[in-house]
Amino acid sequence: MTTRGIPAVTGRIIRQAESLLKRAGLEGLAIWLARRVRRVRHLGRNLVIAIPYAWLLAFFLIPFVIVLKIALSDAAIAQPPYTPLWEWVGDQYLNIKVNLGNFMFLVEDNLYWKSYLNSVKVALVSTVACLLIGYPMAYGIARAKSAYRTILLMLVILPFWTSFLIRVYAWIGILKNNGLLNNFLMWLGVIDSPIVMLQTDFAVYLGIVYSYLPFMILPLYANLEKLDETLLEAAYDLGCKPARTFLTVTLPLSVPGIIAGSMLVFIPAVGEFVIPALLGAPDTLMIGRILWDEFFGNRDWPVASAVAIALLLLLVIPIVILQHNQARNSEANS
Amino acid sequence: MASSTTFSTFEPWKDPAEKPYVCIDRVTKKFGDFVAVNDISLDIYRKELFCLLGASGCGKSTLLRMLAGFEEASSGRILIDGMDMAEIPPYERPVNMMFQSYALFPHMNVSQNVSFGLKQEKLTGQVIKTRVEEMLELVKLTQFAKRKPHQLSGGQRQRVALARSLIKRPKLLLLDEPLAALDKKLREHTQFELMNIQEQLGVTFIVVTHDQQEAMTLATRIGVMEEGYIAQVGTPTEIYEFPGSRFVADFIGSVNSFEGRITVDEPDHVIIRMLDQDVDIFVDHGVSASPNARVWAAIRPEKIHISRTDPGQARNVIRGKVKEIAYMGDFSIYLVELAGGRTVRVTQPNLRRGDPERITWDEQVFLHWLPSSIVVLTE
Repeated sequence: MTTRGIPAVTGRIIRQAESLLKRAGLEGLAIWLARRVRRVRHLGRNLVIAIPYAWLLAFFLIPFVIVLKIALSDAAIAQPPYTPLWEWVGDQYLNIKVNLGNFMFLVEDNLYWKSYLNSVKVALVSTVACLLIGYPMAYGIARAKSAYRTILLMLVILPFWTSFLIRVYAWIGILKNNGLLNNFLMWLGVIDSPIVMLQTDFAVYLGIVYSYLPFMILPLYANLEKLDETLLEAAYDLGCKPARTFLTVTLPLSVPGIIAGSMLVFIPAVGEFVIPALLGAPDTLMIGRILWDEFFGNRDWPVASAVAIALLLLLVIPIVILQHNQARNSEANS
Repeated sequence: MASSTTFSTFEPWKDPAEKPYVCIDRVTKKFGDFVAVNDISLDIYRKELFCLLGASGCGKSTLLRMLAGFEEASSGRILIDGMDMAEIPPYERPVNMMFQSYALFPHMNVSQNVSFGLKQEKLTGQVIKTRVEEMLELVKLTQFAKRKPHQLSGGQRQRVALARSLIKRPKLLLLDEPLAALDKKLREHTQFELMNIQEQLGVTFIVVTHDQQEAMTLATRIGVMEEGYIAQVGTPTEIYEFPGSRFVADFIGSVNSFEGRITVDEPDHVIIRMLDQDVDIFVDHGVSASPNARVWAAIRPEKIHISRTDPGQARNVIRGKVKEIAYMGDFSIYLVELAGGRTVRVTQPNLRRGDPERITWDEQVFLHWLPSSIVVLTE
């Protein structure tokens, strides 16, 4: 074991103390001291890991447990609007009441699983659209001269400097019946009367693709930028035409980037609330809206919590797939 | 050695009836203001193993990349088998290249990498399979067929790259520093393997290298490059024994060059007066230099004899003092200081083990050489 700096100095002091104690006939004390010191060193290492653990515990696990607790209770007209999970009856009985009815309700009422399915569909289609638009852009940036590359990346990140909400509101101004786009098309003479674009599925897809495109481009760019150009030259050299080279070399090597980008788009898109609320029709079924309605419209916290738990489980699955994939990748590259 | 006998009779460049397979005709390549390749003309013949030798940045790799089609010549023509390559993209050239980094596809295993070139042609799966098996056998990688590149050693990767570039049976193979990434022992071994494969398959090789020893071992002919120019083209022996300029003499091996003036200029011999020494150098062949011209008499370290006693000759002898000795095992290097402070490098084979008579530090010695050992250089 090599020790440096402060650990080395403390180590030397400890060893001297140990030998002193041994010479004084206090063998037991010396061993006890050495063990103490080792434990303190381990503690330092664990402390570093403990901070992120504490963070996750405080801001993810504890709220999750609270939500789970609410999901297992009954709705009540009270403050807070749900029954407690346990209570003392007559100072001697602990009365635990677990209500699984909320989860049963999610399965029975087809509104919920329909909106889950629709959310997944919207997220999937948006992810594919982001991939189709983002891949050429990422490829273009990665292949651009290094002087332009920074500027192009800047342009991708630039929208983040404006609030997400304001950008979505701006789309209302563009898409509404007497908005920018319709006026422009009518001025061109392409159409006579405005096309209804706002409050349609089209507007929802447009909003999601627009908002999440940078999350697709950035990981793809990071991947494509690393692509060794001599691999492409080697493929050409072996008689492979450029289009085939893209399919057989570039595309397979960019799979980790595609997966990372797709996850970063898909996961927030499933639970998206703001975009369908502002741009979609009132009857657009998305799980984020259902959640909102249950909490603030119906004030049915237990059902809303059950929806949230179900949504979380729905999202955990793709994350687990992503992690599994990344672990396999890092294993293959090591 | 069997190969040296075949090479000595294999000299297509001396046959006027032989047509060059690769013809580089006044090719120049500029990157902005920088001239990477400057007006190079070169003929390379079928089945040759031609080495482009030069320090890094001399333009040798650029020349190779132009042959492969990755760079376009700014001016001049490249003909391969009589066909102008100007408009032909890399994927349609009858040329394959082995890259310095090997450029193996990391997502494919060894046999997929090797078969990649064949899959671009319209061949049946069975033909591809047998040819890949043959090739893997040739480079002794059969049992590694299912491994991915990152699971192979450097030497194995090098052989995969070679197999992949040979699988299409190209008439011309370009090799960019093929052995640079290998350690010394493996490099020497692979040099001979490379020569064997080249002879077996009868492919024309053009090898780019910065390692003069590698070039000497491999090549039928060497083209020494300097800052975009070809300094000299010749067989390894010609380049070593008859360098055309001080640059070539210095680049290949080591050399002692003495500046001097020609005092006697006869058709069958010349005498050079050394500039900084009171010594006459007698050269037993004529020199095409103007009388009284400034010349350099170059002599290789191994061609100088070192002795304690005066060899008893009036010319081609210098006195000096041994400053340094480097024992290399098979030979020793002596740095001998002359009057005036300059040193001469002499190498002597260590023929006797633990020689008690060997010359040691600070001894006064005589350096002498044969009249035929001197190369007279004018530039």
